[in-house]
Amino acid sequence: MEKSKKIGEFLLNYALYILLGAILVTVSIIRPNFIALNNILNIMKQASTKGILALGCAGIIVLGGTDLSIGRTLGLAAAITASLVQSVNYASRYYMNMTEQLPLIVPLLAAIAICVLISSINGFGVSKLHMHAFIITLGTQLIAYGANCIYIESQPSGSAQALSTFDRNFLDKAAGNLIIGTVRIPYVIIYFALLAILMWVIWNKTKLGKNMFAVGGNTEAAAVSGVNVTKTIMFVYILAGILYGIASFLEAARIQSVGANTGINYELDAISACVIGGVSFSGGVGTIQGVVIGAIILQAINYSLYFLGVNAYLQYIIRGLIIVLAVAIDVRKYLVKR
Amino acid sequence: MDIQNQYLLEMIDIDKTFPGVHALDRAQLRLRPGTIHSLMGENGAGKSTLMKCLFGIYKKDSGIVRIEGKEVNFTSPKHALDSGVAMVHQELNQVLHRNVMENVWLGRLPLKKYGLVDSKLMYKETQKVFNELEIHISPTAIIGTLSVSQRQMVEIAKAVSYGAKIMVLDEPTSSLTEKEVEHLFRIIRKLTMQGVGIIYISHRIDEILRISDDITVMRDGQWITTKPATELDNNELIRLMVNRDLTHRFPEKTNKPSGVMMSVSNLSGKYEPTFHDVSFTLRKGEVLGIAGLVGSRRTELLNTIFGVFTKESGEIKVNGEEINNSSPVVAIRNGFALITEERRATGLFPLMNIYFNTIIANIDRYGKLLLSKKKISNDTRKSIDNLKVKTPTAKTAIRSLSGGNQQKVIIGRWLLTSPEILLLDEPTRGIDVGAKFEIYQLIINLANDGKGIIMVSSEMPELLGICDRILVMSNGRLAGIVERGKDFGGIQGEQEHILKLAGTYI
Repeated sequence: MEKSKKIGEFLLNYALYILLGAILVTVSIIRPNFIALNNILNIMKQASTKGILALGCAGIIVLGGTDLSIGRTLGLAAAITASLVQSVNYASRYYMNMTEQLPLIVPLLAAIAICVLISSINGFGVSKLHMHAFIITLGTQLIAYGANCIYIESQPSGSAQALSTFDRNFLDKAAGNLIIGTVRIPYVIIYFALLAILMWVIWNKTKLGKNMFAVGGNTEAAAVSGVNVTKTIMFVYILAGILYGIASFLEAARIQSVGANTGINYELDAISACVIGGVSFSGGVGTIQGVVIGAIILQAINYSLYFLGVNAYLQYIIRGLIIVLAVAIDVRKYLVKR
Repeated sequence: MDIQNQYLLEMIDIDKTFPGVHALDRAQLRLRPGTIHSLMGENGAGKSTLMKCLFGIYKKDSGIVRIEGKEVNFTSPKHALDSGVAMVHQELNQVLHRNVMENVWLGRLPLKKYGLVDSKLMYKETQKVFNELEIHISPTAIIGTLSVSQRQMVEIAKAVSYGAKIMVLDEPTSSLTEKEVEHLFRIIRKLTMQGVGIIYISHRIDEILRISDDITVMRDGQWITTKPATELDNNELIRLMVNRDLTHRFPEKTNKPSGVMMSVSNLSGKYEPTFHDVSFTLRKGEVLGIAGLVGSRRTELLNTIFGVFTKESGEIKVNGEEINNSSPVVAIRNGFALITEERRATGLFPLMNIYFNTIIANIDRYGKLLLSKKKISNDTRKSIDNLKVKTPTAKTAIRSLSGGNQQKVIIGRWLLTSPEILLLDEPTRGIDVGAKFEIYQLIINLANDGKGIIMVSSEMPELLGICDRILVMSNGRLAGIVERGKDFGGIQGEQEHILKLAGTYI
């Protein structure tokens, strides 16, 4: 009885890792050539941008909220990035009077600024106006989408085509590879890893991180202990905005062409990665390791299904089922039985 | 010392109104340095509200607060803490998923270089405070895994660690055993020697008379008196608190218990924290009290009988037949009703009107597809009349009624289901004195009608005032049953025996 309880607990606690292992093992049995460094790097690369988004929105979920505006915010920020990194030799570039390539820090900061702005509006709505995060972010995602369409439409050429033809230097830095011998490691994986480490430190070693868990776990307790709840919430949202900005910058380089529909539904992947990674929607619980693994599992599933040549529509169904399963297992950990 | 600075803290003419309640009506409090000042009054007298106004949780409507002669106006708990006021809250405000030391240092985490939290220092400081106070709890234990009394001690240590000059303790002993209470008193006395002023709120009169220097009595949000503890005694305090003689505080006990209607044998709950192996009987027309400390699993017992919580083993027989209350729906069908402890959390639908709140437990009776408005308003009207609910109309949202009237609506809701056995969990919590009497009368009347009543209460006087027998729980087990008017030499003896039993298994 005791033993079976322990095994059950073990399975529950490590369900995520078991799931990840099971996916990889199954696919490699069906297609032994799946286990190749290249495939793994591909999965990691694809997981990276959405992983960075997930690192941002994980904090918001720990606070007991959610963020539906991620995708459209990324779209807007990516469009602004794109307009600022277009090659100056490109005839129908957005800024005609831009005759010299801007330093890359400019588009990066612009992307971060716009994401922080929208995130701050969300944070203000939640902390000061006491709106539910679901509602305020539902509103701001529409605002971001509208702004994105207007921005792209106001091209000097008069067309509303996707922004493309980027500066080589930008593509090299944001979407290039670190070459070690014969191995090419995409920079984006390194950026993701560095940001994950930074976020781990913030979550576990700083006042902001501890206060975030306190506010998410028991707002009343945090307040009577003298935690500035409003400030904590604002911090978490702004931090998320910074991460979204970085992700937008990298995503523009990855897709190389930014249109009105860039970023659509990205919030679903970011939120899925968080919940698969064990960030509880009831607030107060979650780890950065979990979020990283969640992002990788999500991408591993996508990639495996693609690799196996599964019908595209069937892929959606399988992905949906896996998310439901992962979360169903995960919530059992925190379920208070009585 | 000049007259201006005679007091560490002065609260003068504090007023606070909530929807439907005038919670504080020119309340007063004057605390001298280095003394223990007890704040007394029945539930709902406004003690906690007054303290929350001091601590910046509530914003007072009017009045003056002075600390060491200087007027202050705290707008947040942080503000109060920074100004040397610490508080142990009645409800344990803790972040359950985090560890002990993080909870202790929440809001003022120690930092080292680069803005990183200094966990080592935090551990050391926590250990230091715990050592000083002789508390044996690991600073890295997760709060949610501790017992209620351990959590209580952590909160006390946290308040001490602020090094405040004014410390408010709101019912710190509600889950502590006699031994732990002594421990707490040693801590408090040590603090007063250092000049700290303590505001102490408790329901236990003997405790208060023993430890206090001054006592302020409140009633219905008003200041009644402040006197040195040496000038007061048990009876005088009760008289001041309830404003009527002890003999008139409870209705006449006219119910006559007859044969056994329900027997519970070896009942255990399934999921910890829970209770084990509880057996007792309930007679027709009897009011059976359940006493015990907070955390003794009284609520779990009621909830398991009613099918809200899962039972592990044991059987319940009603009129000789075994029943299985697998869910509240089944329990209602079997003639049970439960009035829950947390009225706001699990009893009221606060934004809904009285119609809705009255019929919701009984909704099947009002039509198959569409509900009959006529039947609903008839029943609601009857319920309001029978229980003397004071409300402008039946369309009023229940949250704007006073606590007592809210509770009457909820009792009315359950009476509509025609129950035979009523389970009442702290039925008079947060209700003013007058309304309490009416609730007691109602309970006695129900017993007169042959219903069986089980009543959990943390207020000893009310258990002794209206119960026929009192079952005492201790740490999830049945510690004993006190038969009223037998063996223990009157009310005083019964009270002492109950307190002793409550600590049996801790």
